[in-house]
Amino acid sequence: MATVNFTDFEGNARSIEANTGDSVMETAVRNGVEGIVGECGGSLSCATCHVFVAESDLASLEPMSEMEDEMLYGTAEDREENSRLSCQIKMCEGQTINVTTPETQV
Amino acid sequence: MKTATAVSTAGAPTPAEHTATGLLIVGASQSGVQLAISLRALGYTEHITLLGDEDHRPYQRPALSKEFLQDKIGSESLIFRSNEYWEEHNVTLVKGERIEEISSSADGSGTAVGSSGTHYPYARLALAVGARPRRFEAPGSDLNGVVYLRNADDALHLKDLAPKASDVVVIGGGFIGLEAASSLQAMGKKVTVLEYGPRLVGRAVGEDTSNYFLGKHRARGLDIHLDARVRQIHGENGQVSAVELETGEMIEAQIVLIGIGVIPNTELGEKLGLDINNGIVVDRTALASDGHTLVVGDVANMPNPLPGAPEGERIRLESVNNAVEHAKVAAYALMGQREAYAGIPWFWSNQADMKLQIAGLSMGYDQSVKREVPDKGKFTVLYYREGQIIAADCVNAPLDFMAVKQALAAGKNIDPQASSDAAVQLKTLIA
Repeated sequence: MATVNFTDFEGNARSIEANTGDSVMETAVRNGVEGIVGECGGSLSCATCHVFVAESDLASLEPMSEMEDEMLYGTAEDREENSRLSCQIKMCEGQTINVTTPETQV
Repeated sequence: MKTATAVSTAGAPTPAEHTATGLLIVGASQSGVQLAISLRALGYTEHITLLGDEDHRPYQRPALSKEFLQDKIGSESLIFRSNEYWEEHNVTLVKGERIEEISSSADGSGTAVGSSGTHYPYARLALAVGARPRRFEAPGSDLNGVVYLRNADDALHLKDLAPKASDVVVIGGGFIGLEAASSLQAMGKKVTVLEYGPRLVGRAVGEDTSNYFLGKHRARGLDIHLDARVRQIHGENGQVSAVELETGEMIEAQIVLIGIGVIPNTELGEKLGLDINNGIVVDRTALASDGHTLVVGDVANMPNPLPGAPEGERIRLESVNNAVEHAKVAAYALMGQREAYAGIPWFWSNQADMKLQIAGLSMGYDQSVKREVPDKGKFTVLYYREGQIIAADCVNAPLDFMAVKQALAAGKNIDPQASSDAAVQLKTLIA
């Protein structure tokens, strides 16, 4: 198992256990975390699963693909240095990741 | 948490009656699921029953022709929401139940009767019943190995057949056909695509995009026949063995996959006496002609929601994005709010290394502009009507896609003269 700590734009926090190998987006959507949409189901087509990753967790993530990088320029809330599309963050066994969701995804 | 209870009295069994529900959503589909979710987000407090005719928890379809078919993701990844989510939100799921009979009163309440004989009384009704694959009518189309790809069971069946097959014929060069063809090719099959029309994906993209896909797929080894006419599907011992064209050409196949479009499931709408015309006719708030029944997603024929669309123009959209946005409109309507369809219709299709994103609706365009960065595999066609941008087909070009979506949403334009230079970012041209 792994853990994702979600904090929304107003500061409300929610901690969810994730299955190893699942993406942060899948974990959020299946449990009804508001603030992540994931309209395309994780196929890197919609840019509606934008998250801001805690600085301390950034180094533990796989680097982003060119496609993800380009998609991030089209998110509803402007990207920051720590922006990622959460469908591309796959959880490893025992990992804990802290993300903040933007106010809007569409 | 199925709450159906069989009430038996002495003598003949009485039909089971499901607990009365505030809203019965028929169709545990993308739009049915979204309707339930959006209603809870808007504060709808009545009990919701989400009923589907498949024996699966509500799941997402897009990956069935792609990642799921290729075993890149498992079935659990397709599930929309955990069981706990539905329980916490007072939504009862009913699986494997097909509504056979239905009748509503003047106030919109009524009773639906399932194939199990169970009665489902409701205060309000929503139809999210989608569409079914158009059947291919040719001699031999009932042979084993002639398959369709619409739902999870179809995909599981195809996955079951695939290891034993080396040659596949796909009939239909639209999104489903080409996605499945690309997947099956990646799984090591020799794939032939037979398209009836003069070009690929003729219903959804312009000619330049069709030609681009044709070239790319052929270069990857897909055998594609345009203007193809099938005379007969041949079999041995009830099992498909080849497809014969009217030219006499025989193409070997152990699997024939049909992807020639869908037919909206209007039967329940007809039983309710709703207006039907290429789907169930709805108004701008997703209400059917009885003024009570909500109809969402693939089955709904609605006023074209695009800003600036000609008055009275109607459209039936088959897409995830529409299923989601249309369900939101319906949720607002049920809450007594009249909210316009938000956002710009968009579509995607992933085929091999090509990621197509379409923004807007290109129907009625009078000018197109091509942008290409060949060494990066980027290809975009912008569509204009009277000088105003209305849509774009973007292959491996998410920046173009995003820029067009943004421009359309803001009611702005992208200059057609300047936009042909692929070195210029479209975002900088939005005005």
